[in-house]
Amino acid sequence: MNDQTQISREQRIEKLQGQGCNRKRVEDVRFTQGKGNYVDDIKLPGMLFGDFVRSPYGHAKINSIDTEAALKVPGVLAVITADDLKPLNLHYMPTLAGDVQAVLADEKVLFQGQEVAFVVATDRYAAADGVDQVLVDYEALPVINDPHKSMDDDAPTLREDIAGKMEGAHGTRKHNNHIFFWEEGDKEGTDKALADAEVVVEEKITYQRVHPCPLETCGCVASMDKVTGKLTVWGTFQAPHAVRTIASLITDIAEHNIRIISPDIGGGSGNKVGVYPGYICSIVASIVTGAPVKWVEDRIENLTATAFARDYHMTGKLGATKEGIITGLSAHVLADHGAFDACADPTKFPAGFFSIVTGAYDIPVAHVGVDGVYTNKAPGGVAYRCSFRVTEAAYLIERMINILALKLDMDPAEIRMKNFIKKEQFPYNSALGWEYDSGDYHTAMEKALEAVDYKGLRAEQAENRAAFDRGETRSLMGIGIAFFTEIVGAGPVKNCDILGLGMFDSCEIRIHPTGSAVARLGTISQGQGHATTFPQIIASEIGIPAEDITLEEGDTDTAPYGLGTYGSRSTPVAGAATAMAARKIKAKAQMIAAYLLEVHDGDLEWDVDRFQVKGNPEMHKTMKEIAFAAYSVAIPGLEPGLEAVSYYDPPNMTYPFGAYIGVVDIDVDTGVTEVRRFYALDDCGTRINPMIIEGQVHGGLTEALAITMGQIISYDEIGNISGGSMIDFFLPTAVETPNWETGFTETPSPHHPIGAKGVGESPNVGGVPALSNAVIDAFAHKGLTHSQMPHDHWRVWQTAQKLGLTE
Amino acid sequence: MSEIDISMTINGQKIEAKADPRTLLIHFLREDQNITGPHIGCDTSHCGACTVDMDGLSVKSCTVFVGQANGKDITTIEGMAHADGTLHALQTAFSEQHGLQCGFCTPGMITRAYRLLQENPDPTEKEIRYGISGNLCRCTGYQNIVKAIQVAAKELSSVKEAAE
Repeated sequence: MNDQTQISREQRIEKLQGQGCNRKRVEDVRFTQGKGNYVDDIKLPGMLFGDFVRSPYGHAKINSIDTEAALKVPGVLAVITADDLKPLNLHYMPTLAGDVQAVLADEKVLFQGQEVAFVVATDRYAAADGVDQVLVDYEALPVINDPHKSMDDDAPTLREDIAGKMEGAHGTRKHNNHIFFWEEGDKEGTDKALADAEVVVEEKITYQRVHPCPLETCGCVASMDKVTGKLTVWGTFQAPHAVRTIASLITDIAEHNIRIISPDIGGGSGNKVGVYPGYICSIVASIVTGAPVKWVEDRIENLTATAFARDYHMTGKLGATKEGIITGLSAHVLADHGAFDACADPTKFPAGFFSIVTGAYDIPVAHVGVDGVYTNKAPGGVAYRCSFRVTEAAYLIERMINILALKLDMDPAEIRMKNFIKKEQFPYNSALGWEYDSGDYHTAMEKALEAVDYKGLRAEQAENRAAFDRGETRSLMGIGIAFFTEIVGAGPVKNCDILGLGMFDSCEIRIHPTGSAVARLGTISQGQGHATTFPQIIASEIGIPAEDITLEEGDTDTAPYGLGTYGSRSTPVAGAATAMAARKIKAKAQMIAAYLLEVHDGDLEWDVDRFQVKGNPEMHKTMKEIAFAAYSVAIPGLEPGLEAVSYYDPPNMTYPFGAYIGVVDIDVDTGVTEVRRFYALDDCGTRINPMIIEGQVHGGLTEALAITMGQIISYDEIGNISGGSMIDFFLPTAVETPNWETGFTETPSPHHPIGAKGVGESPNVGGVPALSNAVIDAFAHKGLTHSQMPHDHWRVWQTAQKLGLTE
Repeated sequence: MSEIDISMTINGQKIEAKADPRTLLIHFLREDQNITGPHIGCDTSHCGACTVDMDGLSVKSCTVFVGQANGKDITTIEGMAHADGTLHALQTAFSEQHGLQCGFCTPGMITRAYRLLQENPDPTEKEIRYGISGNLCRCTGYQNIVKAIQVAAKELSSVKEAAE
């Protein structure tokens, strides 16, 4: 009966491919053969295509829309405008941030690329032809492209739909173009600390507008079955269940009649969290035509109209003693949210978790205030591979502490070590109200400094600087350190929700009679490898080999309700649910084993893949045997079957951290900056699959490189976007991307069932300040305290020129 | 618009079809021929997700009209595995070296790497990096892709040596 008795305990553990091993990805067999199933691969009989007429203006009144010529184009079936949506009350849709967004422009357009009309045709070419033939008469209006001017007395009112309505979703608005003011901390105490401080540094630090730009753009296929009344939507959704609930609320279709399916997703990075006009228009078009309707945006539409990230204009102030002990921090942010407030943050946090801005430091008092404003730019403000506004916060504190170090003539590593929260202070309550779960910052920093031979690097830099001054080289070396603390895994339902939906997550596990299993989660992978890693958690918990566990996500008809994948929440929340569901199964399995072995369940102990009698391991039942018994043996007092579901509401967020060090060489005459080496030490708590963690770190660092060194989306004074295509939006190729070095420490989260914290976003959060600090450090000895990102060649050259260094 | 006659070889199979002359090769492959391995990631020839092999050259099929591919021999990711169903060394190496995450760039990336190794069976790391610089990946940071191509190159050359 027992085929596993002949193999050793070590072999049994190895066979599980559980937590901590570099299990190869099960997703790859499809993806390497072109057998992925992304939304644009979906083809249904009679499927139609939708395409948008978009605004060429940044701000304009719409006098008229003439669809006559478009409707004559062969293949065009319908042209939908705001006037068609009004009777359905669908011309505006709610955003995740408590605002509304025009589905199709109603009387005016507010940003270049805004959706004006939706053309439905038999194929994508006919739809594009139809788009060309829609004639819109616009009347240009004055444009606000600078958030600093949004609240000027003479600023034009952008949002006439809410003009005069001064009570917003997050309190009172000060101006028609004001969205919210949000603050946290002790303002009076902070002002006093800064007034009393021996040293104060202040800097204006901008984190430019960028875009997640996943390789697959956003899209959907909506199919309304008129016979059954059931609406099915396949789409690029990072939060399929939330989409279902929102779709039900705004369309009045009963929720059980809506099925949302996220198929394979070609990268998300926050871009696919929100609800976009294309989804609504496709649904409406399918209802109107009775046929399935596909809409997939092209790259230019993606970069110009679907969720941007950042655009935070920050002012930081740090007070400290002469010895470099920080005594207070204040920060103010002017947040450019574009034309509609479509930020994807937990509802009660209009500036996300920006109040993590005290970072890894024991700062006694702090205050932050954030003003959100409207401009004539695309809406968004999503967490581009970071938890909500955490990367902005990390950038501010990690730049400010370097500026303080420079002022005090201290080494940036030394000032960090002086101010770190100490290991024994955890759980640590920050001045801005967060309870950091665990950390050992000094050890991580020391390990990173040693890994790169930091002292050696500084000595080399001193030589480089001397050689530069002697005219022997035209290259300057910069060393950048960043130490970040993330706050991820939103989150406790008591304070984290999206439109009222609590941010728990879920896992359902069903064990089959022969001992294999299926697990379904409320999350959805976009490249993170959930089908590989979540079975590893289950394998370690209940002794079923990972390869015998199928993982399903993304279909709201089958998966348990969850809030989806973003903000590094899959492992902290759904990973916890997975472990908890597995433990419920284990508890029942113990009762079954006790019955089978005719012992009291308290006399059993768990060992790898079986329950055994304490002191007599020869008497045991493997999980495989128990599974079969669950379906074949009548056990008094126990229901048949072996399955469980867990809805996990985390007691706290998790706080991954890391120490990153980058070295750059800058040619001052061209501004060309090369990343010579970059070392990233990450502590994400318990490591489930180191191979996947390192892969995530490589990818996140490459995105950090992109942001720091080149990405920017900007608008001219009449609202024209630049950075709206891959021609001028920087995405690093294999040539610009260096080899990344990785390291780790492992400080488990005390409140997470398996101690894991999440990692996917850490490298973006830590990578940006480390690289930016490196570039600025190259010029620090010449008097540079700060320069704004991106540090592309042109801007770096300008910096060198301003410092009088160029020839 | 009058349609034109199209004939080409796709993954070893001769096909005949009619198409609107403005149809892009990527749409012809994906929508008419159900070859959905190559993807559309931009529209401007930047990302390389649509890379296919055409008469021994890597081309971005989003910027090739179907008429330009008339009479040509096209290989896509679907044609990469051997006739007996075993995977190409690149397909195995990408998985073994964790050279993919979301998988969207993978078909184009492997198809490009396949041609690169035909052009240069023993490339240096730098040559690999330049050789795939027309293909963007947003997940991996390229590091493990480069490794995978190195491993596959070694594997392919040892197979070749053994055959000689």
